[in-house]
Amino acid sequence: MSVRPNARPVGQKPPFWRDRAKRALIFQLLLVAAVAAFLLYIVGNTQANLEARGITTGFGFLSNTAGFGIVQTLVDYSSQSTYGRTFLVGLLNTLLVGGLGVLAATIIGFTVGIARLSPNWLLARLANGYIEIFRNIPLLLQIFFWYFAVLRTLPSARDSLAFGEAVFLNVRGLYLPEPLFESGFGIIPATFLVAIIASIVLVVWNKRRQDATGKRLPAGWISLLLIFGLPLLALVATGVPVTWDMPELRGFNFRGGITIIPEFLALWLALSIYTASFIAEIVRSGIQAISHGQTEAAQALSLPRKLVLRLVIIPQALRVIIPPLTSQYLNLIKNSSLATAIGYPDLVSVFAGTTLNQTGQAIEVIAMTMAVYLTISLLVSMFMNWFNARVALVER
Amino acid sequence: MRNKLMVGMAALMAGPLLAQAATLDDVLENDSLRCGVNAAQPGFSALSDEDTYLGLDTDVCRAVAAAVLGDAEKVQFVPLDSVERFTALQSGEVEMLSRTTTWTSSRDTSMGVNFTGVSYYDGQAFMVAGDLGVQSAQELDGAAVCTQAGTTSELNLADYFRVNDMSYDPVIFDAPEQSIIGFEEGRCDVLSSDASQLYAQRMQLSDPESAVVLPEIISKEPLGPAVRQGDDQWFNIVKWSLFAMINAEEYGISSTNVDEMLDSEDPNIARILGQSDNYGEAMGLEADWAYQIIKQVGNYAEMFDRNVGQDSDFAISRGLNALWTDGGILYAPPIR
Repeated sequence: MSVRPNARPVGQKPPFWRDRAKRALIFQLLLVAAVAAFLLYIVGNTQANLEARGITTGFGFLSNTAGFGIVQTLVDYSSQSTYGRTFLVGLLNTLLVGGLGVLAATIIGFTVGIARLSPNWLLARLANGYIEIFRNIPLLLQIFFWYFAVLRTLPSARDSLAFGEAVFLNVRGLYLPEPLFESGFGIIPATFLVAIIASIVLVVWNKRRQDATGKRLPAGWISLLLIFGLPLLALVATGVPVTWDMPELRGFNFRGGITIIPEFLALWLALSIYTASFIAEIVRSGIQAISHGQTEAAQALSLPRKLVLRLVIIPQALRVIIPPLTSQYLNLIKNSSLATAIGYPDLVSVFAGTTLNQTGQAIEVIAMTMAVYLTISLLVSMFMNWFNARVALVER
Repeated sequence: MRNKLMVGMAALMAGPLLAQAATLDDVLENDSLRCGVNAAQPGFSALSDEDTYLGLDTDVCRAVAAAVLGDAEKVQFVPLDSVERFTALQSGEVEMLSRTTTWTSSRDTSMGVNFTGVSYYDGQAFMVAGDLGVQSAQELDGAAVCTQAGTTSELNLADYFRVNDMSYDPVIFDAPEQSIIGFEEGRCDVLSSDASQLYAQRMQLSDPESAVVLPEIISKEPLGPAVRQGDDQWFNIVKWSLFAMINAEEYGISSTNVDEMLDSEDPNIARILGQSDNYGEAMGLEADWAYQIIKQVGNYAEMFDRNVGQDSDFAISRGLNALWTDGGILYAPPIR
């Protein structure tokens, strides 16, 4: 640019209120001061109000005994644990359903989104029907539907569906054998790790070799073989140092093994299916945003349809897909708080529900819960922004 | 569902620092009492066909309205769930809470509320499907138990199974309606709650005969009204409104004979009805405050019988809730 907008004749400096930069700075400072004063007022007023009403404040309650049971805990927990522990249990349950939900929604969403564009008439219609049904029914109703559909169709504990005397399915959940690892098992995760590192090295080497010579190994298949074959080999070589804890019917319910509760299944299904319908539309729009000329050019090189998608369309579509995809992931994680409606013990249910009620410290508990959702969302968003920057089209 | 919780918290954070001793003035000024109750708890508080809430808890609200405003119908019922109830009371959304709430030390001392008495002596019990063949709660090792979030039931359950060295799977729902569905669908073997509520929930099953309530009572659940801390005048009004109903039963004053009783020779009755001395003045009420309660709402026996006792669907016997003179533990300090 050739014009300097701030150019002024040399000489006496103007007063500070005539200086745009200084004036802007003053306004910013005033705004910050106003926000800070407002926050101070809120905090001070809250404390005064709580004190005047004789309500206990502070975070001391986190080390008090909780005294209630939770049905699904990923870490050790009993009714003698503290409220701090219930927070952790609830948080992990939220992360579990959120993480698995994101995974399933992504897989279903991409599959349906691509199927929606399939030249196969039936497949495209089916995908379309799926999207229109599931994205237009409120999520809470879907959660109830899956929960009561799941509960109603499953048999009682005594008439469980048994799969080979090891896996049982009934109204109380899905019961799986739990592997108990004996000494000497450590070698198996170790070989697994080695296989993963070897695969990464292989892929990188393959890429460089392809760039240099144009020759290419089927690195994907070799990696897959490595990652699954090597630990399996180690498992056989060490004589399978695993025993299985089988679920068996004792008294009212199955004991032993791993239990997947129906509340989890219903919530996971509902969240994944609902969010997947949005992701499918995002994927479709991303793909359609790529000019048809790209497809035709790739086809002119006689690439099969699978490779056209994988090498030409999807890499370009991703930059359109990822920003709205991030929003869907955030929605899914936040929507998982609807768990409380069907009694899945997530953070909102055990911490912002039971703990809040037992301690009566609404402000502390709700603030902690909000902070958790904010932190999770910001972390997911940061990761997705980083990923987006990586796949962004580098224009030359 | 949690909107009242949020409103309450906002009021605590941004609301002005209210002068505390003004609840009576607020009620008089609004000409209406705001009372926090259950949304759907037949017998204690449930919407009736006439579009108002009926039940034992709501009658306690009506008694206070009769004493303060002279009209038992000047009550605005605010349905609250178990999680938002205390916040609603703390923040002034309601003037009193009468919502099957158990009086415990931690609630009384650390939540900024005061319990004014006991309107119903309850205890936690278990309900199981009849075809399970369970006779006693001691046989429930390993059972899945449905109960409601944020209640003392959740805590008692953990204690009971721990003390008896048994294990259980808690299945915790937000609303009692969902616990009933969970129980009917077989998600849990056992439904646990206060005995009075269990009898009401049993009536809501599609086949009430299919379920039995086990004999064990595993906890003390004194249910009573509560008010905000820091307003002693209001605390006294709510406390003595309930005592007046219990005293009325003890001296045989009911809604049907209260007008004849005005001429009674018995000095106790004359004092209760404000004929010989004015005991309402010290509370900021009219002399006939107790007369209004008895005339419009009735004495404790009438309230009990019509809502949960012999004249209702539940037919719960008086048990602990009989007067101390009849073998129960209902005992009100004298009005004098």
